[in-house]
Amino acid sequence: MFGTGLLKGLGVTLKHALDTFEDDRESVPDRYKGSLDLGNNRRVIQQPIDQEGLLTIQYPEEKRLLPERFRYIPMLIWDSEKQEDRCTACGICAKVCPPQCIWIVRDSDENGKPVTRCSEFYIDAAVCMSCSFCVEFCPFDAIKMNHDYELAVYDRYPQLVYDMEELTVPLEYYAALWPTQYEEEQARRKEEEEQKRKQEEEKAAKAAARAAAKSAAAATDSSTAQAAPKRSAAELQALAKERAAQRQAQAADAGGDDAAAAKKARMEELKRRAQERARQRKEESGQ
Amino acid sequence: MTEGTAVAEAPANNLGLEQDLSDAVVGTWADDTEPAFVIAPDRILDVLTRLRDAHGFDFLSNLTCVDYQGYGGKLRAGIDARLEVVYNLYSTRRGGGSIALHVRVPENDTVPSATSVYPGANLQEREVYDLFGVNFDGHPNLRRILLWDGFHGHPMRKDWHEAYYEEDAKPFRSRHPKGEYAFHEDKLPWAKNTTYPAGWDPDSWQEAVAYVPVSQAPQHANEPHLDTESIVVNLGPHHPSTHGVFRMLTRVEGETILALEPEMGYLHRNHEKIGERNTWLMNMPFTDRLDYLNSMSNNWAYALAVEKLADVEVPERAEYLRVIMAEFTRIVNHTWSIGFILNDLGALQTPALYAIEEREMILDLFEAVSGARMMCNYMRFGGVVRDLPEGWREQAAYLANERLPRALDELDRLLTENEILKARGRGVGYLAVEDLIALSVSGPMIRAGGLAYDIRKAEPYGIYDRFDFDVPTLPNSDIYDRYYIRLLEARESVRILQQALRDMPEGEILGGRGGYTLRAPEGEVYGRLEAPKGELGFYLVSDGKTQPWRYHVRSPSYINLNALGPMSVGYKVADAIVILGAIDIVLGEVDR
Repeated sequence: MFGTGLLKGLGVTLKHALDTFEDDRESVPDRYKGSLDLGNNRRVIQQPIDQEGLLTIQYPEEKRLLPERFRYIPMLIWDSEKQEDRCTACGICAKVCPPQCIWIVRDSDENGKPVTRCSEFYIDAAVCMSCSFCVEFCPFDAIKMNHDYELAVYDRYPQLVYDMEELTVPLEYYAALWPTQYEEEQARRKEEEEQKRKQEEEKAAKAAARAAAKSAAAATDSSTAQAAPKRSAAELQALAKERAAQRQAQAADAGGDDAAAAKKARMEELKRRAQERARQRKEESGQ
Repeated sequence: MTEGTAVAEAPANNLGLEQDLSDAVVGTWADDTEPAFVIAPDRILDVLTRLRDAHGFDFLSNLTCVDYQGYGGKLRAGIDARLEVVYNLYSTRRGGGSIALHVRVPENDTVPSATSVYPGANLQEREVYDLFGVNFDGHPNLRRILLWDGFHGHPMRKDWHEAYYEEDAKPFRSRHPKGEYAFHEDKLPWAKNTTYPAGWDPDSWQEAVAYVPVSQAPQHANEPHLDTESIVVNLGPHHPSTHGVFRMLTRVEGETILALEPEMGYLHRNHEKIGERNTWLMNMPFTDRLDYLNSMSNNWAYALAVEKLADVEVPERAEYLRVIMAEFTRIVNHTWSIGFILNDLGALQTPALYAIEEREMILDLFEAVSGARMMCNYMRFGGVVRDLPEGWREQAAYLANERLPRALDELDRLLTENEILKARGRGVGYLAVEDLIALSVSGPMIRAGGLAYDIRKAEPYGIYDRFDFDVPTLPNSDIYDRYYIRLLEARESVRILQQALRDMPEGEILGGRGGYTLRAPEGEVYGRLEAPKGELGFYLVSDGKTQPWRYHVRSPSYINLNALGPMSVGYKVADAIVILGAIDIVLGEVDR
């Protein structure tokens, strides 16, 4: 019969209309049931996979819950435990970057000798294509993808060219955004450090044994007596500790500087936000 | 093959040509990844005709060009002619692999146009003319296609550099040498890119509006006894029906279209030139931006070509993951396309919004696994980059087993029997399937004409030979069938998904050399797969360096537009909108 196809189709639209209507009449509509309420109409919503229909999310009050792997613009990790940037200025991220939006300047010590630390690090967010290659290929877990996507500014330059200060976040921030990956990474890093420590110990033990043998030889052979005395393993370890303490002291001293203080405040703020986010996530997973 | 002898003694019989044509083959690259035959320029049409008529190679899939100036590799060191036109032929009846033909010409020389044998060479030859400056003798409409008339030079030639040229190959040296940030654009403000072709004056230039075939269209088609006049009307470039920035130049008499010519290039960014400066891996996120609805398929097509070239193994689990992602992508594309065919028919928004409900769910899954909804950048040479997060497989299985079949049934109920859709769609935009093949059209378009040609069956890639699925066909080759075939194909994708999600093993996801330092061995390769819109192919030439020497995208959206003019003639203006919608183009892929 002519028209049955039309009627069938209208039946589908009617069903959709009724479903939505019914849902809207409930005190808490379906679409808000699984969401995280931040108060003041602000919500974080994720549509469950078995929720029929399509939710309209009232951005900016309501936002989507981003999955852990969401990638936007990279961020640099400040290792809060060791009080140092993880970045060693190796430049691999800049090399693999498809649009070539990363610029790095390697720092040097007072003698002009390059050190494994960058003095400047820029990412042109207007050029970045969020491909995440820098993260994939960073050997030091120093660069990660940030979830912060609200970056609109009035001018491209200099606002969208992020410098090191704008890019750096504390480890806790990263841990809150990427909990699963962070856990895996920490486990791996610990294991690697353990191995490294063991290797170094073995090396030191061997060196000590060699030194002992040599000193024994030196006692019998006066021709090698003028060779510089080798440091024992214990001495070397003590030196390393001293240097680490020096570094920490330097980092603490830098707190007196205005810029450094600002950065510290920034880090604290980011830390606070990260903790808040972690709390939100926890609450939500509890629901 | 020894060094410096690119051309071996012609074993023409490998090509299967009869004796009278064996002298047309002047050489072959037998040691190449795929055998390729070098044909004398003046005999190419004879060879093409013979291959089409006697050997069943009815489908000219890919036609492009390579500039060998400054080529550093050893394999082709004997080349003296600079440019080389490449043809990849397939058989849609038999299936199977391709025959690659090469024609070498010096700069500024002419090649006979293949349009008389394969009308589908039309747009591809225009592209080669535009980007390489090869003249095709006998082409009916040899004009620039992606660039405008006032563009000086041919950008795909190796000696052409773009306005903000930095270096030949990435990674560039630091753009930030003394700690000073500067925009690269500022260093070169309109210095080099304002030259015009010789004898070309920008002030007196006017765009010719009456292109062939629009200018050759009959002035009075329908009412010869009336004193009426046909007029030229531009549909687009800024028009909601064109799915982007795209122009249809039409000659109409009343509402009837007498001739139609597609005009494109508004979104041209010289993707291929960028690709030749990128390292092999860097191109992966760029392929996302071609057909931006289907980044997973694009990733796979490129990975497939490079894996063929560099001989990279893909682990079992990664093969399954690729199939799962590609079939989800196909559903995304087809439901989107169905929604927008209906939009173009005037059923504004309701079918489109119902159709893309499940698309959102699928994009959420893509985001959970790859980190982005559309620019997935998920595949690597030798596998995929990330394994599934917890709970992903269950959610995907729920979609594939319950929600998607239900949603497709609902879409079917909503639209298929609809009398208005039938009245508007039946018999509109008809073109016989033989003509479509001759025009190099691929994908759902030819299956809606009754030919069961699907690369997943005809030349299986990945692990498609393990799945039980059909290639649906419909007989009528009109826009109603082009709508319905997409629904049927989405159902088949659901079937594949159910099997893949059920059978996927645990294991490695990335094998072989997936790193950023890949150096593909010397050679050329054409890799293709059945993308949702048709045959998506990547033609790559490597000279053994970290960058591809040639990186060409055979994009289905672009080549399917060959059929737009022939399909629209004789129908109304309102139908032309739907005919374009039923081809299902994405301008990111058309203009590249």
